Amino acid sequence: MKFAGLLVMPAGFFLTLSALVLFPPSNAAARTGFVLCGLAVEALGLVVSVRGHMEAEAKNRP
Amino acid sequence: MTPVLPPAFPETTFVLVLVLLLMAPLAIAGVALINTGLGRSRSAAQALLGNLAIVAVTAIAFALVGATFAGTTGGGHIFHAAGKPWNWLGTGPWFLSGLSSAAPQAQLGMLFEFLAVALAAIIPWGSGADRLRLAAGCAIAAVLAAVVFPLAAHWVWAVDASGGWLAQLGVNFSLGAGFLDPAGAGVVHVLGGLSALAVVWIAGPRRGKFPQGGFATAMPGHNAVYILFGCLLALAGWVAFNLAGAVLWMHAPLASLPVTAINTLLSASGAVAATLAVTRYRFGKPDASLCANGWLTGLVASSASAAVVSPLAALFIGIVAGIITPLLVEVLELAVSIDDPSGAITVHGAGGLWGLIAAGLFAAPAGQLTAQLVGIAALLGLILPLAYLLFWLLNRAVPFRVDADGERIGMDLHELGGGAYPEFVIHRDDSYR
Repeated sequence: MKFAGLLVMPAGFFLTLSALVLFPPSNAAARTGFVLCGLAVEALGLVVSVRGHMEAEAKNRP
Repeated sequence: MTPVLPPAFPETTFVLVLVLLLMAPLAIAGVALINTGLGRSRSAAQALLGNLAIVAVTAIAFALVGATFAGTTGGGHIFHAAGKPWNWLGTGPWFLSGLSSAAPQAQLGMLFEFLAVALAAIIPWGSGADRLRLAAGCAIAAVLAAVVFPLAAHWVWAVDASGGWLAQLGVNFSLGAGFLDPAGAGVVHVLGGLSALAVVWIAGPRRGKFPQGGFATAMPGHNAVYILFGCLLALAGWVAFNLAGAVLWMHAPLASLPVTAINTLLSASGAVAATLAVTRYRFGKPDASLCANGWLTGLVASSASAAVVSPLAALFIGIVAGIITPLLVEVLELAVSIDDPSGAITVHGAGGLWGLIAAGLFAAPAGQLTAQLVGIAALLGLILPLAYLLFWLLNRAVPFRVDADGERIGMDLHELGGGAYPEFVIHRDDSYR
């Protein structure tokens, strides 16, 4: 689960990059929105990784 | 648009930046003392020796490999997409050849990066305190200095004609002045904080920290004097880093430097005042180690913002940093089961992220916030997975964690054969079960 979350994070980054390429500077609001979507995907990946860590930690407690 | 080459330094600027960079190691000394003080007494010598060894290893690894890929002056690997150049990896000369005859500005930039990578590499060492082997700490530092740090440094600090892709966001995509991070809130602190998270995930918590069916065991730092004195040392080093970074990477005029120094102090002051108030409210009395963490978070946040915001904004940035610190430290430990003795994930990771966002919020150029968000996305989306993958592989070759017996007797006796305080009684580990 931790690895799955970490794999999602680069996907969010590429979404952010695509915002720069897809939207012209004149459409700043859409571009910023798309960048935020990329960051949200990264945050989702981080949350999944953290959840994976918590589950593994709970199993390994002495 | 054709990127503009930075103007050549006058001699007075060169001397000033050189003097500032000679003061910058105080930041490393401060963080090293804080790392040591927040660990346990039976691991103190190993902790401080580890900081020293890591500084040495990063210097060697960066000189041999990292400086080439950081390549802040020697061009870079560029691919073209959507009609724009993307300079993603440096191609500097190997083994620092030709550095002595390079432009003075390039030499100062290289010195800045040597100090910055050392500061970044001691951050995960503090998080792995009391269970991370010395050899593992050095190996982690070598990987950071040779692979991870150079990538980020090139993206943000490359000052050659084409420039790193994050630094050129303003030129290529009309996003403000490009990604702003003059003193390394992202390149040093977020990178260090995310590396700390990866290390803690791989090494696991200290034995007895999270008992079955109970609350997290409190394992307070062993020396509040080290911690708080480290904070004062760090202030001097941070001011030097912030001023030198502003001149080197933003070409700030000398007349703007006093305000940058004041902003650094205001950010740290606001942060420690806020942490003091929060811990006083939550626990009835101020907590010394959390206040130290708050102070440091304020300094970390100032790394991105001190050179580009007003004093009032710097104070606000510090206050927010100081409120976040104790709350996030508590959440990470109690809710997320992350054992981070130095609080580096909060202080450097979260503090650095907040500083980068704040620089975007309070800096003047339009589109600056978007540029900062793109930079954060690059650090979070690429650097954390890369660091975790590299450390996970490294852990197979150089096991991070000491064995259970070593952890029980303490890292000093186990790894060094002697303690940091031989004339004092070292109490047995009550939390070991």
